[in-house]
Amino acid sequence: MIPASFDYTRPGSVEAAVEALAADEEAKVIAGGQSLLPLLRLRFAYPTLLVDLGGISELRGVRDAGDALEIGALTTHYELTRDPLIAAHAGLLAQAAGTIADPAVRHRGTIGGALSHADPAGDLPAVVTALEAVLVVTGPGGSREVSPAGFFADYLTTTLAPGEILTSVRVPKLGDGWGYHYEKFHPTAQAWAIVGVAALARRSNGHVAEARIGLTNMGSTPVRAGAAEAAAAGAEASAAAMRAAAQRADEGTSPPSDLRAAADYRRHLARVLTGRALARAAGI
Amino acid sequence: MTATADHEVGRARTRKEDARLVTGQTSWTDNIMLPGLAQVAFLRSPHAHARITSVNLDAARTAPGVIAVFAGADVAAEQGSLPCAWPVTEDIVIPNHPPMAVETVRYAGEIVAAVVARDRYAAADALELIDVEYEPLPPVLDMPAALEPGSPKVHAEGNKSYTWSLANGDLDAAFADAPVVIERTYRQQRLIPEAMEPRAVVVAPVADEFTMWSSTQIPHVLKVMLALVTGIPEHKLRVIAPDVGGGFGSKLQVTAEEVLALILARRLGRPVKWTESRTEGNAAVHHGRDQIQKIRIAADADGTLRGLDVDLLADMGAYLMIVTPGVPLLGAFMFNAIYKMAAYRFNCTGVFTTKTPTDAYRGAGRPEATYAIEHIMDDLAFHLGLDPLEVRERNWIKHEEFPYTTISGLTYDTGNYEAATALAKDLFQYEELRKEQSERNAASAQVRLGLGVSTYTEMCGLAPSRVLGSLRYAAGGWEHAAIRMLPTGMVEVITGSSAHGQGHETAWSQIVADELGVPFEDVRVLHGDTAISHKGMDTYGSRSLVVGGTALVSACGKVREKARVIAAAMMEVAPTDLEWADGRWAVRGDPDQGKTIGEIAFATFAAHDLPDGVEPSLDCDATIDPDNFSYPHGTHLCAVEVDTETGWVKIRSYVAVDDIGNVINPLIVDGQLHGGIVQGIAQALFEEAAYDDSGNLVTASLADYLIPSAADVPSFTLARTQTPSTLNPLGVKGVGEAGTIASTPAVVNAIVDALRPFGVTDVAMPCTPERVWRAINNALPSPGETPPLQPPAQNQVDGGGAA
Ligand SMILES: Cc1cc2nc3c(=O)[nH]c(=O)nc-3n(C[C@H](O)[C@H](O)[C@H](O)COP(=O)(O)OP(=O)(O)OC[C@H]3O[C@@H](n4cnc5c(N)ncnc54)[C@H](O)[C@@H]3O)c2cc1C
Repeated sequence: MIPASFDYTRPGSVEAAVEALAADEEAKVIAGGQSLLPLLRLRFAYPTLLVDLGGISELRGVRDAGDALEIGALTTHYELTRDPLIAAHAGLLAQAAGTIADPAVRHRGTIGGALSHADPAGDLPAVVTALEAVLVVTGPGGSREVSPAGFFADYLTTTLAPGEILTSVRVPKLGDGWGYHYEKFHPTAQAWAIVGVAALARRSNGHVAEARIGLTNMGSTPVRAGAAEAAAAGAEASAAAMRAAAQRADEGTSPPSDLRAAADYRRHLARVLTGRALARAAGI
Repeated sequence: MTATADHEVGRARTRKEDARLVTGQTSWTDNIMLPGLAQVAFLRSPHAHARITSVNLDAARTAPGVIAVFAGADVAAEQGSLPCAWPVTEDIVIPNHPPMAVETVRYAGEIVAAVVARDRYAAADALELIDVEYEPLPPVLDMPAALEPGSPKVHAEGNKSYTWSLANGDLDAAFADAPVVIERTYRQQRLIPEAMEPRAVVVAPVADEFTMWSSTQIPHVLKVMLALVTGIPEHKLRVIAPDVGGGFGSKLQVTAEEVLALILARRLGRPVKWTESRTEGNAAVHHGRDQIQKIRIAADADGTLRGLDVDLLADMGAYLMIVTPGVPLLGAFMFNAIYKMAAYRFNCTGVFTTKTPTDAYRGAGRPEATYAIEHIMDDLAFHLGLDPLEVRERNWIKHEEFPYTTISGLTYDTGNYEAATALAKDLFQYEELRKEQSERNAASAQVRLGLGVSTYTEMCGLAPSRVLGSLRYAAGGWEHAAIRMLPTGMVEVITGSSAHGQGHETAWSQIVADELGVPFEDVRVLHGDTAISHKGMDTYGSRSLVVGGTALVSACGKVREKARVIAAAMMEVAPTDLEWADGRWAVRGDPDQGKTIGEIAFATFAAHDLPDGVEPSLDCDATIDPDNFSYPHGTHLCAVEVDTETGWVKIRSYVAVDDIGNVINPLIVDGQLHGGIVQGIAQALFEEAAYDDSGNLVTASLADYLIPSAADVPSFTLARTQTPSTLNPLGVKGVGEAGTIASTPAVVNAIVDALRPFGVTDVAMPCTPERVWRAINNALPSPGETPPLQPPAQNQVDGGGAA
């Protein structure tokens, strides 16, 4: 559990960080270190240089940007659970962040790191997918915006180009009538999700007008349960109707089989948990 | 012995040792820094089974910061073989066990090379430069397959280590015309002990003498064994166990790393340190459990047990460690538990596999036995349509029948299973929960309720030396204690049992305070250093208080007697005129005249007016060998809610009523129970050391090997009945393992109880949500159909006649 040696730099601005990254192909960004340090200690990764984002104050904090919240990449999981703007407009993020690991990890781990790490078993990727957030990325060529679907490429892989940094996450404010729920199925409180369901539902006139569902650990990237969303839209706001819609939650997914669960069980869980998450999101 | 105003024993004292532990002021082995200290790192085999064809150390040897690099061949002549102290049968196979593999590796994680470097970073870097070539050999992973004639062999001698048997009564007669015979096969999964502090060792050579600091439970045993393995004379060795952050059996060992650290320090003439990482330790520390248990009971139609037949396969792993083969034997005497029966047969075969060696893990043998018997008692109750507690009551030893010699030959001195069970039922609200359970079942509720019962007993206080001898264990089971009276009346206590989290310093102080009439604060307890505590058998098997506490009481008694003579001289009366009252020697009939131990100690120190022939010392020691084990027991009741849609198990309530005899410190006892219960729950629900088909441990990190935290367990309701042991002066029975032994079957029985309506008779441990879900769905006739509520036809139950 001793990492190989590496150089370390702590730039004070995004530009300087991008520059440092661009100068060294084997450089890596470090934010909270909660995913990167285990990889280094197990010698699964051998970066030559760590570019610590911790000194870049512009990457911190949550800002009201009109119809969206602008969440700095360095915002910790703990801050997500406590921030009043997030509580008011994107409560799903707070709820999901509160299920991550333990207090020590939540105080260090960041939203930028959790998304850039792109672990499909991580909770926040599915949550930002359901929230239809926009990821703001800065690199040597300037800034660009990308959707979750365009960001998560594969298991532990994003479309971040060399030298690019995720600087913020723009989350549209949930309007009136929206409810949310994150249903995390994990064997122990500190363990990763076997399956997680991030559900949003807009209720109107005793019906679910619109639903958005992001699934954790049901493939190599976070996935939207499109078929279940479609089935839920327009359905009566009842547990039975949500359960029925959720029967299609695993359509189009390709869940892994691993130590924790076989794929068929994950599919079953996705259906059951989606029904429950939808019902909660719809206030049933 | 309950607390009274002027009694220390029985008081819920907070622990003396905690101040230095929680403030981080103490010294763990890894904190120890010495001038010139070099760091050791071990290269471990990535293969379960392979021949080492070449080892190239050149690049590592010239790497920056590297002092020396060794492969097995370099140490072969001096490394000896790691000891197995429990050759359970005459014809047992004990393979050679080199601390560093020389020709063949037999489990993934076995040491193949060692780097000694200036710091941990250089050592870790150099490991990557060592080039070992292996010729893979077939792994041996499955116990029954390992015993097939054509199986690949772990050792040239074969894959069977031994078969050990015990029999009493006419088993054939018991089974021949039994109305009920139930046969089951249970699996004790492999577990990895996770002590909070990983293992670490430091060795300092000075001339031809060596001091070893090790995170060990057994400094005394370790010293003897190191002398025997390395040939270093015992009087040139000193072993120190500083504060040790838990062991649970995993540090009851003479490890390859300890022996190699000693050899490397001797080779290099400089101090060395090794500290394991969690992932390294999970592959290399000895594992626990791993048995396949075939168990068969015969009973009368009313549930009265007639006979019990147990056939075990026990996975030894690749080698026999210090007590590996003996662990199942500690269970052999416990399968019959608290029950009366006419016949019992026990067979155990120890099997070699290409996995990490197994050895003692909290409870050692007894959790396995308790799980099997308590599980099958529930199966019997279900088969007969009886309440699980009813079938137990029909079979258990009644309190008026003690002392009782069991079918396995142990004599239980005391116990009161009726009282503990009645209290537990009451606290648990057993009848109300049963009612709720049947309502849920009747309504085909999605979330079912299950009630689990475990009426356990165990043998503690290891152990009478003559019993150990009769079981071919190499050492004895006595314990030592000494009292050093300081001139100012302070007391230094030396104990041979080696605390590593149990709170000896507090409990021993309470005992001494009462025995010598001194304030609790005036007692200091020294342990874990063979130069200070020169004699001892250390801590395991819930023995410290039962055996070590008895030695302590005996030593205190001797001090009192010495003090009496001097006190008499001080007061110019005859020793026979004195009586020990209110913590001092007082003149009989004239209680105003008396001397405290402190006053006597000062007079002894001055030594001006001692009677002729009386030595100027109050110091005494005592070594005690117990006559019998002690037998804690209790009734644990667990209620679980099972979500039948997902397989999720939630422990709703847990009541533990334990009878551990007299209680020295209820706070420490509760702590032992909390931790123990959680550890047993962990076996039931979470933990499993899993290997892939090529024999790699796939649960080496704690991301994969799931251990529960406080968030995963409920609050426990603890209560006690108090039937003092008659076998020691303190009336104590031991509590270190009780929780772990009792809780695993309570939890699994509760899960199975919840799922009986679905036809489920067992769920393999750990009962993960997926396993529970599959158990429900495999048992269901077809999806969606209403599950049968009556007992299903049981393929494992033979309704009568010989099985
Ligand atoms: C014991 C434990 C349990 C955990 N359990 C969970 C869990 O249940 N659910 C869960 O979701 N997560 C879990 N995590 C992971 C946790 O959420 C991490 O905080 C998160 O995955 C990474 O965030 P970080 O800030 O620590 O990133 P780091 O570890 O610093 O970095 C992770 C990766 O992202 C890159 N990176 C970081 N920030 C940026 C950026 N701004 N731009 C570009 N690249 C960047 C790094 O180069 C690295 O490759 C757990 C972690 C631990 C240690």
